[in-house]
Amino acid sequence: MLADFRETLDLEANVRIQRLAKAIQLRRVAWIRDVVPALASLAIHIDRGRLTPGDSPQRMCEVLLSDCLAEQLPDLDQLSRTVELPVCYEGEFAPDIEEIARSCGLTVSEVIRRHAASPHRVLMVGFVPGHPYIGGSDSSLSVPRRATPRQRVSAGSVAIANCQTVVYPFASPSGWSIIGRTCERIFDASWPQPALMAPGDRVKFIPIEREEFDRRSRRRPS
Amino acid sequence: MTVHVLRPGLLSTIQDLGRYGLQHLGVVPSGAMDHCAHRMANALVGNDDEAATLECTIVGPELMFGEDALVALCGGTFGGKTNALPGGRPVLVKAGARLSVGKAVRGSRAYLAIAGGFRVPRVLGSHSTYVPAQFGGHSGRALQAGDRLDTAPDLAELSTQRFLRLRNSVVYELWRTVRWSVPDFTVRVEDPVTIRAMEGRHYGQFNAESRQAFYTHAWRVSINSNRMGYRLEGPALGRKRTAEVLSEPTCLGTVQVPNDGSPIILMADHQTTGGYPKIAEVASVDAPALAQVAPGGLVRFVKCSLEEAHYAEDEMLGRLRAVRNSLQSMFATQAIHG
Repeated sequence: MLADFRETLDLEANVRIQRLAKAIQLRRVAWIRDVVPALASLAIHIDRGRLTPGDSPQRMCEVLLSDCLAEQLPDLDQLSRTVELPVCYEGEFAPDIEEIARSCGLTVSEVIRRHAASPHRVLMVGFVPGHPYIGGSDSSLSVPRRATPRQRVSAGSVAIANCQTVVYPFASPSGWSIIGRTCERIFDASWPQPALMAPGDRVKFIPIEREEFDRRSRRRPS
Repeated sequence: MTVHVLRPGLLSTIQDLGRYGLQHLGVVPSGAMDHCAHRMANALVGNDDEAATLECTIVGPELMFGEDALVALCGGTFGGKTNALPGGRPVLVKAGARLSVGKAVRGSRAYLAIAGGFRVPRVLGSHSTYVPAQFGGHSGRALQAGDRLDTAPDLAELSTQRFLRLRNSVVYELWRTVRWSVPDFTVRVEDPVTIRAMEGRHYGQFNAESRQAFYTHAWRVSINSNRMGYRLEGPALGRKRTAEVLSEPTCLGTVQVPNDGSPIILMADHQTTGGYPKIAEVASVDAPALAQVAPGGLVRFVKCSLEEAHYAEDEMLGRLRAVRNSLQSMFATQAIHG
C-alpha cells in the first residue's frame, strides 16, 4: 500500500513521513514486510499470508496509520544518526564544480563552503542499495539535472541536482552534476545495517584535501 | 556434499523467497522469479519453501553430483540434451552422474531443488543472489564452470531416506525416479499470455488511446529484459500531463512508463523506488506466469480489481498447498521396503 502526502518535495512533510515510518517500524507488525519512506510518500509492503484470512490489507493499513498518527510520533533525532562524510571536492573528483560555480555566480570555494555548511538530511534511500537522496542543500546551489547523463560515474561520487545531493554506492550512470567524491564505503552487505546512510539521518559533508582522501582510502580495507 | 558445475548455463543463480525488511535502505527483494516453481521443486525433495534452489534461465547448467542426491526440477519444461533431467518429479541421481538441465522448450525458467537445499551463507537474511551489487547466493554472482556448490553434509543419506518413502519408483541408468509427476502451475500455453493487472496510481494521467492500448495490445517482451525488469515493445504510451513524478516506492509487478513511452514491468530484482509514472500493477498471482514468458514472447493485460487479484492468489496458493501437503504426508510415512 502506498500513502501519498505531497505532489512536490517539502522538507517538513518529509520529516513527518520519516517519523511515521519509524512509528510503524517500531510496532514490528508481523504482516508487514517492509516500510519504505520516500520523498513525499510512504509504502507498506504486506505479506498477505500473515494476515488473518478475511482481513482487508487496505483496511488494516488505514487502521495502523491512524493509530500511529493518533499518538505522538517518535522524535526523528533520537532515532537517527548524524553521519559525517569526508568529501574531496577537487580535480578529477569534481568534474562539474566549476560549471556549477559559474551558473550559481559563486566561486568554487564558496560552492564547497555552502554545500558543506548546509543542514543535510537523508530524504529517501533507493535506486540502488544504500543510495541516499539527501535534502537541505543551500538554495543558492540549485541546478537542474544535466541535459546529457554520464554513462558511468565512480563509486563514492557526490552529485547534486534540484537542491538534493546523492552519493553513489556503486559505479553507475548519472544525470546529476558531480562535485566531489567520498572515500567512505556507502553500502556493504556484510554490515548489520548495510547502508551507511538511512532515511532520516543527518549528513554532514566534511571537505578534505586530496592527500587526506588518498591516506584514508589506503587505510580502508577493500 | 558437493555439486560440481561443468557448464554454467545462461544465467543460473541461487534463489529463495527473497530478501525483505531492508527496502527502506534500497535493498531489493530479489528471490525466485517464479516462486511457485521454486516452492514446488522444494516440496518434491521434502524441503521447506525457504530452502535455496538453483534458478536456471533459458539454457540450464550441466552438473556432476558427488554422491547420491535427491533433486527435482520444476517450472519451465527444459530438455533436449542427453541425460536431461526429467521435470516435475523427485529424482534420485546416482553418485558421479553428469546431468544436464537442458534448454527451455516451454517457459523460460526452471528451479532445481536438492534435498536439504543448496548451502550458501545467508546475506542480509536471504540466500538469494543479487548480481548487480554482487552479494548473496554463490559469491554474489551467476554460476561459472568449475564452481562447487555446497549441499547438506549428509546429502546421500538424507536423499536415500527421503526417496524410500515415495511410491511407484522406477530405475534408470543414471537415476531412480517415480511414475508420477506434479502439475505445472505457471507456464501458460496461450499466446499472448494473459496477465491480470490493476490500474496504476498514474493511470488517469495517460491519454485515452494509451489507456486503451495498454489493456488491448499484445506486447512483445523485449530481449533487453532481465531479472530487474521486462521491457515491453508496442505503441508508445503518452500522458496528458508532463509534470515529473517524484520518486516513490515501487514493488514487484509495477508497470512504469519512462519518457520514451515503452512500459517496463518491474521484476524480482527491481529497484525499490522509481520516478516514472505507473500505469498499472500486475496482480501478484500472475507474476510467476510472467516470469516464464521468454524474451520475444507476447503478453496481453486484462484489467482486474484488487479483490479479484487477492481472490485469485488465494486460490492459486491453496492449490499449491494441497499438492505440497500430499507430498509432505508421503515424506512423513514409513519407508517402503522392497
